[in-house]
Amino acid sequence: MSIDLGIPTIGGTAGVPTTDAKQTKKDFTSDQEVRWCPGCGDYAILAAVQGFLPELGLRRENIVFVSGIGCSSRFPYYLDTYGMHSIHGRAPAIATGLATSRGDLSVWVVTGDGDALSIGGNHLIHALRRNVNLTILLFNNKIYGLTKGQYSPTSDVGAITKSTPAGSVDRPFNPVSLALGAEGTFVARTMDSDRKHLTETLKAAAAHRGTSLIEIYQNCPIFNDGAFELLKDRDEATARILHLVPGEPVRAGAGDDTRVVVHADNGSLEVVAEKDAPADRIVRHDPTDLGLAFALSRLDDPSFAHVPMGVFRQVDAPTYDDGVRAQIEQATGGEQVADAELQQLLDGSDTWDVQARD
Amino acid sequence: MDHVSKKHSQALDRVVIRFAGDSGDGMQLTGERFTAETASLGNDLSTLPNFPAEIRAPQGTLPGVSSFQLHFADHDVLTPGDAPDVLVAMNPAALKANLGDLPRGATVIVNTDEFTKRNLAKVGYAASPLDDESLASWQVHPVPLTSITVDALEEFDSLTRKDKERAKNMFALGLLAWMYSRSLEGTEKFLQSKFAKLPDILAANIKALHAGHAYGETTEAFGVRYEIAPAPMPSGTYRNITGNVALAYGLVAAAHRAGIPLTLGSYPITPASDLLHTLSGLKRFGVMTLQAEDEIAAVGAALGASFGGSLGVTTTSGPGLALKAETIGLAVSLELPLVVVDVQRGGPSTGLPTKTEQSDLLQAMFGRNGESPVAVIAPSTPIDCFDAALDAVRIATAYRTPVILLSDGYLANGSEPWLVPSIGDLPDLTVEFTTEPNDVDADGLPMFHGYKRDPETLARPWAVPGTPGLEHRVGGIEKADVTGNISYDPANHDHMVRTRAAKIAGITVPDVQVDDPSGGANTLVLGWGSTFGPIQAAARLVRAGGAQVATAHLRHLNPFPANLEAVLKAYDRVIVPEMNLGQLAMLLRSKYLVDIKSHTAVRGLPFTAAELATVITDHLEEVNL
Repeated sequence: MSIDLGIPTIGGTAGVPTTDAKQTKKDFTSDQEVRWCPGCGDYAILAAVQGFLPELGLRRENIVFVSGIGCSSRFPYYLDTYGMHSIHGRAPAIATGLATSRGDLSVWVVTGDGDALSIGGNHLIHALRRNVNLTILLFNNKIYGLTKGQYSPTSDVGAITKSTPAGSVDRPFNPVSLALGAEGTFVARTMDSDRKHLTETLKAAAAHRGTSLIEIYQNCPIFNDGAFELLKDRDEATARILHLVPGEPVRAGAGDDTRVVVHADNGSLEVVAEKDAPADRIVRHDPTDLGLAFALSRLDDPSFAHVPMGVFRQVDAPTYDDGVRAQIEQATGGEQVADAELQQLLDGSDTWDVQARD
Repeated sequence: MDHVSKKHSQALDRVVIRFAGDSGDGMQLTGERFTAETASLGNDLSTLPNFPAEIRAPQGTLPGVSSFQLHFADHDVLTPGDAPDVLVAMNPAALKANLGDLPRGATVIVNTDEFTKRNLAKVGYAASPLDDESLASWQVHPVPLTSITVDALEEFDSLTRKDKERAKNMFALGLLAWMYSRSLEGTEKFLQSKFAKLPDILAANIKALHAGHAYGETTEAFGVRYEIAPAPMPSGTYRNITGNVALAYGLVAAAHRAGIPLTLGSYPITPASDLLHTLSGLKRFGVMTLQAEDEIAAVGAALGASFGGSLGVTTTSGPGLALKAETIGLAVSLELPLVVVDVQRGGPSTGLPTKTEQSDLLQAMFGRNGESPVAVIAPSTPIDCFDAALDAVRIATAYRTPVILLSDGYLANGSEPWLVPSIGDLPDLTVEFTTEPNDVDADGLPMFHGYKRDPETLARPWAVPGTPGLEHRVGGIEKADVTGNISYDPANHDHMVRTRAAKIAGITVPDVQVDDPSGGANTLVLGWGSTFGPIQAAARLVRAGGAQVATAHLRHLNPFPANLEAVLKAYDRVIVPEMNLGQLAMLLRSKYLVDIKSHTAVRGLPFTAAELATVITDHLEEVNL
């Protein structure tokens, strides 16, 4: 038996109190000294987030950042909002309890590839499956930074790290494929160094109701420097990055070297020169098509021959926390229950009275 | 209905009945209904369900036996009874599995229809014990329960034979109701609501119930019926309640009295799942329940909710508590309220999921990294689970700390009559969130410091998201005193570790009460948790024999009551019975340097009063040499 809860989909921050007061980046900057290594990609992401938050127009006290453990998880300390630096891998679980019990909060999770995909993998997929109204920023630097340089669940096969001196034999996760496998309703990828794209992605994620997952390629200058260097060089990036724009062909390169994604004979996707592409096979991005989003995520390869960037998937779907709150609202009518009714509960339906006999 | 019996009736002061049958025979239901009828007659009572861990073990086998024991009396009942006076055995497996517990002379009612060659062979009987002298020590009443039930339901053409056979538990219930002069009225009402949509099944069950009653009245096999007078109990409105339901209601009542919403994060685990089931049905009371993906997520969600100003609760059993350890440690560091209910079961590992044990005490006390003390409390009886829940919430909210509440399988599933309290009489647990700055900065401007403590309780402020001006960050890294900023300073860490310990040590708990009717005992029996009933019953036996013994019971395991040391040192000997290998004894020995005499058993079953009475008597002989 199932019940149609009839929950309407609404904006990502609906229910969170807003303010008309002008906010600036400074309002979201805490008094704590930032302690990441010089050159860490986290600085750029922090600056982008602090710069973006005022755009939301939300009351600062109604924003909460929850993190796990790792370099990225120090993030909440540097934001002048409410925050919790929790334990390794568990931020999505803690954030689920907070977001579900408090519909008036905008809840963000900051995590890394080790935190989210290794020790916290279970919580991540279940947050995505439930579609809790959270925005998850997954900083992916393909290495364990805080523990000083072991391979992570996104490190490439063959990666030489402190714990894999002969090269890693672990096959990595593709975070986007994983999130889409859990039917994440908003799954995107962006990069620390592309402030504009990062901010646009944050904006789209914040507007989405449900779990938004943004994989952010982030450089670790100490233990995995240059992991995304190819994508930071303008020409290389132009050649390799497949831009995901709704309704547009999925395209990389420029001029004669422009390549597009097409449907292959076997039903999968492939990248071919635009000039050779049959018009009826050119893929136009549709973020509501889960199968397409997944197929696009499979175009990744370790050499970065093609890297899809942007919003892979965005669909409106009922969220877990709205559903839970709707059931409570329906049951209580929004009122605190009266003593008399609680008394009835305690009494139950099968009571007997004892007159003093002794 | 209540027939006037023409048969001789005999007064008894107490009876222990055990219903035993195959998992599919409805023994739990039968026991619960008999209990309800007994409760409404005003007897005091205590119950002990005992069911297999398997959902449906193969039919007719020993692992498939499910039983329900009920002890009722005309006086206050302390335990579900050591041994049954009456065994209802629905098949050979039920007879074989329970015979060892039956004292000589006990009454056995067996369903002879199930004593087929095949069923006998399943449990290793070469010949039917009904046909030889092997049951000569007991008063055996062979009753073809199945076939009489089927015959009684002959008129129900729409029902299959199987449907009719299923009603045999109602026939048995009717027979027992006749034997012990119970009414059938409540059970009729119960059946009417259970089978409201199945009128034929309803009619058949009611018919079987009455047929069983009539069978007792008319058959010569049952010559006597028994009367057990009501027990003297304080006046008021009573109901019967299990420990798990009482605990769930206690949490709801506590949140109500605290004025904050209850958010439960839980993952199904025996024998705690009924807490999740009960609470998930109480949305009307604002109770939010999240069934998480695992034990860790369950406690995480509860802690997240606490951060947001809810009463965060998580419910589990031993293996789950192990998984939650790191998050409880985080809650210790964050200093947020959190109630962790551990319904203990046999361990280690999966252990005995449906059996009881008290072996998580040290896990609750110490099962975390670092110096991470938490409050630990334990209810003593099924109805005490209600009060213990209120106490747990009081401590968690007032001191901003995790509280581990140690129930166990025996308390969880056992039931007893409960004098239902009035909501208005429950303690006021009103929570005050911090809404204003609590300090000033260097320039004298108001500001908020997340770790500035209440000088009395040492609790830090509970300032929840949504409160303007009090934005702050908390985390598991060591925090500087007062400000709560990250601090790796050695002296600060030492100070914070000691402060957190002092906060827990300073929790206000009532003194432990000693029960020594003679006032002259030199030996104390100290218990905690569900050993309360057996210890009290054992002391009663010992005292009835003319000896003196004192008893005391601990609700609070951390911190211990302030007078505990003086109490322990006032006796020549202190005996601590526990369903573990001496965990409380170890704590008491290390803390108070008292030579505790530990008595332990880990059989998955509660102590019997007789066993403990022997233990006490042996000690008294030594002490009084």
